[in-house]
Amino acid sequence: MKHRTFFWFFLPTALAMLLFIFLPIISVVTQSLFIDHEQVFVEVENCNFFGCNTVSVVDTEATEQLRAEQPLGRFVGLGNYINRSHLAFSEVGEAWDKSDSVGGFFNNIFNLPLYRALIFTLVFTFTVTPLLIILGFCIAIGVNSLNQKIKGFVIFFSLLPMIVTPLVGSLILFWMIDSRGIIGSSLQVLFDDPDLSLKASATLTWVTLIVYGVWHAAPFAFVVFYAGLQTVPQDTLESAMIDGASRWERIRYVVIPHLAPLVTFVALIQLMDNFRVFEPIVGFNASAHATSLSSMIYSDLDGESRLLSSAATSSVLTIIGVVILLFPVLIRTWRDWDRKY
Amino acid sequence: MFKKLLTAAAISLAGTTVHAACGIEKGNVNILGNEFPAIQTIGAGAEACAGDGVTVKTNLTKEHKNIQVPSLTSDPAEYTVAIVANSSIVPLMNDDLIQPLDDLIAKHGGNFNDNQKITIGGKVMAIGFMANAQHIVYRKDLLEQAGVEAPNTYEEVIEVAKAVKDKGLVKYPFGAAYAAGWGLAQEFNNMFIGHGGEFFKDGAMPNVNNETGVATLEMMKSLTDYMNPDFLTLNNNEINAEWKAGNVAIMQMWGSRAGPLLAGEDTAPGVAENTVLSHPVTVGGGSMPATTLWWDGFTIAKNISDEDAEASYLAMVNAIDPSIMNEEVATQAVWMIDGYEPTPASAGVFATIEAGATPYPMIPFASLLHTALGAELPDFFSGKESAEQTLADVEAAYITAAKEKGFITE
Repeated sequence: MKHRTFFWFFLPTALAMLLFIFLPIISVVTQSLFIDHEQVFVEVENCNFFGCNTVSVVDTEATEQLRAEQPLGRFVGLGNYINRSHLAFSEVGEAWDKSDSVGGFFNNIFNLPLYRALIFTLVFTFTVTPLLIILGFCIAIGVNSLNQKIKGFVIFFSLLPMIVTPLVGSLILFWMIDSRGIIGSSLQVLFDDPDLSLKASATLTWVTLIVYGVWHAAPFAFVVFYAGLQTVPQDTLESAMIDGASRWERIRYVVIPHLAPLVTFVALIQLMDNFRVFEPIVGFNASAHATSLSSMIYSDLDGESRLLSSAATSSVLTIIGVVILLFPVLIRTWRDWDRKY
Repeated sequence: MFKKLLTAAAISLAGTTVHAACGIEKGNVNILGNEFPAIQTIGAGAEACAGDGVTVKTNLTKEHKNIQVPSLTSDPAEYTVAIVANSSIVPLMNDDLIQPLDDLIAKHGGNFNDNQKITIGGKVMAIGFMANAQHIVYRKDLLEQAGVEAPNTYEEVIEVAKAVKDKGLVKYPFGAAYAAGWGLAQEFNNMFIGHGGEFFKDGAMPNVNNETGVATLEMMKSLTDYMNPDFLTLNNNEINAEWKAGNVAIMQMWGSRAGPLLAGEDTAPGVAENTVLSHPVTVGGGSMPATTLWWDGFTIAKNISDEDAEASYLAMVNAIDPSIMNEEVATQAVWMIDGYEPTPASAGVFATIEAGATPYPMIPFASLLHTALGAELPDFFSGKESAEQTLADVEAAYITAAKEKGFITE
């Protein structure tokens, strides 16, 4: 493609990216460097149906003046990044000085909101992604060898977990794994433990969320691999069969190498998706045992407190996390591209 | 169902004829509020004022808290009326987004009592129309079978729960919304107030990491022994579902949410007729009930034209007029409105008011402490941390948030 043609071809996309991705990121970064103005209080009497008492309220006139002087708030530089809700430098240092063992140190670290969210996010991302790729591949191989007549039917059913809205899917499972739900009580019978509860223990909650993550995303890997399987060269497969290769050997030495680029693609998309895990935590009411970077941002913005700067800071840290996460994959893609052209 | 629809249609028709003229000449009214039957009645009452040159729209949604500040900040404001409670009026006050109603009251009057006026610093900022509170709800039949009386203190709640459990009547006799987040923090607030605690000291500094805080957590922990082990994931909706299934003998529940349980819809046989909305309980020998009082009322946005403000005021005054009261409306809430006769559904909230419970604190930074409690307390209940460590975390998380919002300076 000529450079000129490419430019006009790419321009609408570039404009949309500038407007909807670049500018919001600039705004979020700016927000993360500021905090609200000092609030000026006045004591006043508050009367209602139940009686009167003294309350302090914000002196809006005085605050308005501060706001007019500095519309963005107070500049704190990286103050939001190093406070307790985020990277918590001083708390981490203190934990290091106080703890007598490495285990104790990590215990103290994972008591801080960002690190707690980060560890769950990473564990989730790095268990769910490989598992869903393997599962999706197995389903694709299985479906591909089915009789033509029932194939369409099976494909439809295999796709259902992805079709169901994540929040709805997790809410349905929330009730099914309840200690009185069908899965919950079956497990109690199976393990002969009437007090077994998937929701009460942190470990089992993590397992549940990971199983849900694999269940929900495996169809995506399945669809991609299934499409890839249709392009496997039949000649190579047939000659392998003539050479006496078993089914496993054909998969191992013909199919998997052929699908390798697709694995990179699925891994790339799913690493990003799983890194911003959010809906299952809300759907399963799991925030007591598992928080993620996205759920942290959500709780900052939710309700009456509206911690905008804190949410902005977490967002910037999430973006940095995604970049770090995708770096190896991006480098690989770049090398492949370099080799080809 | 069909019958219900017909009744609803009849009521709304009746509404239109009664309130055909609300005295509004011109203007736009746009109402933002929470979504439950009582608020829907109010919304419908305001909508009845729509007519020539007068438009009335409502957006009643559970998400109202999240959109109220941004939508009232714009000039002109997206909504002319915000229906609020004593916690959600605070962010609107903090950002100076609602106007005093004194002039409108002087000019147009209104058929409401003086005690419905919510005054802050001598100015009427909201007009209340209903009250709400969390209180004890129990199953008469189960308590009788266990041979125990309705409790008056949380210590007795534990005895009742133990008796019911020991008799093998239900497996997890006690229920309360202990799900991580707002609900759990609210139960902490209730219990902390019951223990005589003060949430703040020296202005906006937190005051929960002390003996009172520890006693509060320990009492809550003893209650969890009698709760479904999934308690950290169960909110009001789930607790109510358990109640309807007949799996709970005694619970702490909102009056507004427990009232509909008496109707017995989708409920196991024998549950609804034995459900009693009773009263709040005290704790640790204190005299203050371990609960908080709440009011719901309407406010008028600041960034709107005078014409719209007058139209909004008149429409809302019309919506809370004593003439709205009928048999169905009376069961929807504990109304502060004249002509309202208490029903069994309101007994609990009235008992809470009579017991002298304290209103939920209308403090600019109370919601920040509430959020910090909701995020940090689960570590104590899941056994990860001691009470002291958890409360220290709560204070640290609160201080970080309060510094960002400018309530505490270095």
